[in-house]
Amino acid sequence: MKLTFPHMGNTFISAKALMEDLGNEVITPPKCSKKTLEIGTKYSPETICLPLKINIGNYIESIEKGADTILITGSCGPCRFGFYSLVEQEILRDLGYDVEIITLDPPDGKPMELVKRIMKAANTKNLYKIVKNIVRGAKVLQAADELTDLANKIRPVAINGVEVDIIMDAFHSMIELVYGVDETLELIEDTKLKIGKVKTDEKKVPLKIGIVGEIYTIIEPFANLYVERKLGHLGVHIDKSLTPSKWVKHHLLPGPFGSKEEKEKWEAAKPYLSTLVGGHGRETIGSSVLYAKANYDGIIQILPLTCMPEIVAESILPTIQNDYNIPIMTLIVDEMTGEAGYLTRLEAFVDLLHRKKEEKNIAGVLPRS
Amino acid sequence: MGQKVGIPQGLLFFDYYPLWKEFFSELGAEIVLSSKTNKDILDRGVSTCVDEACLPVKVFHGHVCDLKDRVDYLFIPKFISIYKKEFICPKFLGLPEMIKNSIKDLPPIIDIHIDLRKSKINIVNSIIKGGKYFTPSLIKISSAYNKAFKYYEKYIKLLNQGIIPMDAIKMYNSSITHKTKDNDNKPKIMILGHSYNLYDEHISMNVIKKINNKGINIITPEMIDENKARKYSSKLPKRMFWSFGSKIIGSAFAIMEEIKLDGIVYVSSFGCGIDSILLDIIERRSRKETIPFTLLTIDEHTGEAGVNTRIEAFIDMIKWRKKNEAHISTHG
Repeated sequence: MKLTFPHMGNTFISAKALMEDLGNEVITPPKCSKKTLEIGTKYSPETICLPLKINIGNYIESIEKGADTILITGSCGPCRFGFYSLVEQEILRDLGYDVEIITLDPPDGKPMELVKRIMKAANTKNLYKIVKNIVRGAKVLQAADELTDLANKIRPVAINGVEVDIIMDAFHSMIELVYGVDETLELIEDTKLKIGKVKTDEKKVPLKIGIVGEIYTIIEPFANLYVERKLGHLGVHIDKSLTPSKWVKHHLLPGPFGSKEEKEKWEAAKPYLSTLVGGHGRETIGSSVLYAKANYDGIIQILPLTCMPEIVAESILPTIQNDYNIPIMTLIVDEMTGEAGYLTRLEAFVDLLHRKKEEKNIAGVLPRS
Repeated sequence: MGQKVGIPQGLLFFDYYPLWKEFFSELGAEIVLSSKTNKDILDRGVSTCVDEACLPVKVFHGHVCDLKDRVDYLFIPKFISIYKKEFICPKFLGLPEMIKNSIKDLPPIIDIHIDLRKSKINIVNSIIKGGKYFTPSLIKISSAYNKAFKYYEKYIKLLNQGIIPMDAIKMYNSSITHKTKDNDNKPKIMILGHSYNLYDEHISMNVIKKINNKGINIITPEMIDENKARKYSSKLPKRMFWSFGSKIIGSAFAIMEEIKLDGIVYVSSFGCGIDSILLDIIERRSRKETIPFTLLTIDEHTGEAGVNTRIEAFIDMIKWRKKNEAHISTHG
């Protein structure tokens, strides 16, 4: 069995390490590129959202490298992500690829089905071994996310921010060469040290922007056109409302009363949106309120075109913008998004935030005319 | 006359109007409908709604604009689930919030929650909450609902007999239930899509009447019994968690298996998330069964002439196929 999975930010690092420790052969899909998206767009339904198109591209590129089994997670609505497995299976079958898709759906009344599928994917029936390795895998994910956060923190204040990018690119290509959890953790620690050595300029005070929106487009750098790098070079420190390790905390390892952070977001969203709208629509609203309360300079919402839950959130965000006097910009990405236009909008938004901040600082000095 | 309750003629209007109307009239309220969808309503909807929303949601915003100044209450229920363990479209889940945040100076909104996901008990609370706006008496509310539900059942029965909702809405409370008998020799086309796209004459540009007038018998998802549709949609490898989905996919599969169908027309609004999945599944299935399939995507820019041309071409093709299918030239 040669296992592969779709890309989503740092998840491939931990999924690869975890599956290798369980003794599987893992084929990491090539890094998402224009080619990936082109393949995906060609074979996917026209009006489906961007993540599926990139997924299909990932699968086909992995299959060309020899993969024969695909591992994905699923859901049971109301967002269309729940049908990804079904549509993806049909697309690959019609293209003549003989691959098996293992979907890890939420139990939905049949918990044994999920256990069976996990055993199949893990290629072992030893539950103790599986649980132990999942915990170790979660640790890798946590470490990888911490590394990304560190890079995002250093980039805006570094004298030469490109140095951070070079270290991170080297890190991503090194992942292919390490095997298992221990080696991966070691590589992450090494990289952290390297980034810590990048020279910073203490006079630089970065703006703070919170990123909210649809989980895939926030997490996968290719889908959001490397927004963290672009903003980092513009001198902005970003915080993402959702990361893979947060997702794991929310869905796989919740405490007895569910995740605390998620509850906080729901509570914050309550005055604007009291019930669920699928996907992460309610979390988008909640995170925006929390960012505003934490005195962030601005908020950017990112979503793939036609994303249903985020459209609902988008229509509510202007009210939050007025209530908390915080600028909010919405960026919509799909396969037609042009990089230059995207960068211009980011630059304009950052300029606006700078000006707003300056006005606040001199408000007491200059008389209003 | 009592207080005025405004019901926008959009989204789930064609699914539930008789129920809503009879319930509120029974409680002594006066029902005010928005005008039928027209250019003006569409334009007002487009200008108030977020750009990314789909056409029916924009049109719904337009209907609310049309109504808001002439009623005491607006009836915009928050539909979360209409069947156990199922959802409806995420945009419906947030509809009252979308309206409140996009349109200013609204009258009070009756935004009761309809949530049958876990149990049927919730609906009782919602009905009482809706009724309390007009009377404190629980007995009155319950008898009003029971009466309204009888009308609703009759309406559903009419639909299952093959009467399109635009006509059924006019005849559910009268005794006329006549329907012109279909001529069985004519080609049969199934028109698929959400009720709020298909039956809104402005949004769909009257596609049903257009096809019907060309001498074609039509079948729509509303004409298939709900339980039958559910049975067929449960054959999918993944549980269908959208109620709209099980209706559209189930009815399409049922018809494809049970009768000889000559073609499928899918009317979808641009950017519809549910349709993007459904129409892919149906298109792949119809290809296997060699049934012609065409997709009409509609948005606020669609021109009527283009739609006419496509319908004509599709019907011509079906008629040629019916006539000439057996005549294959010896020379290929």
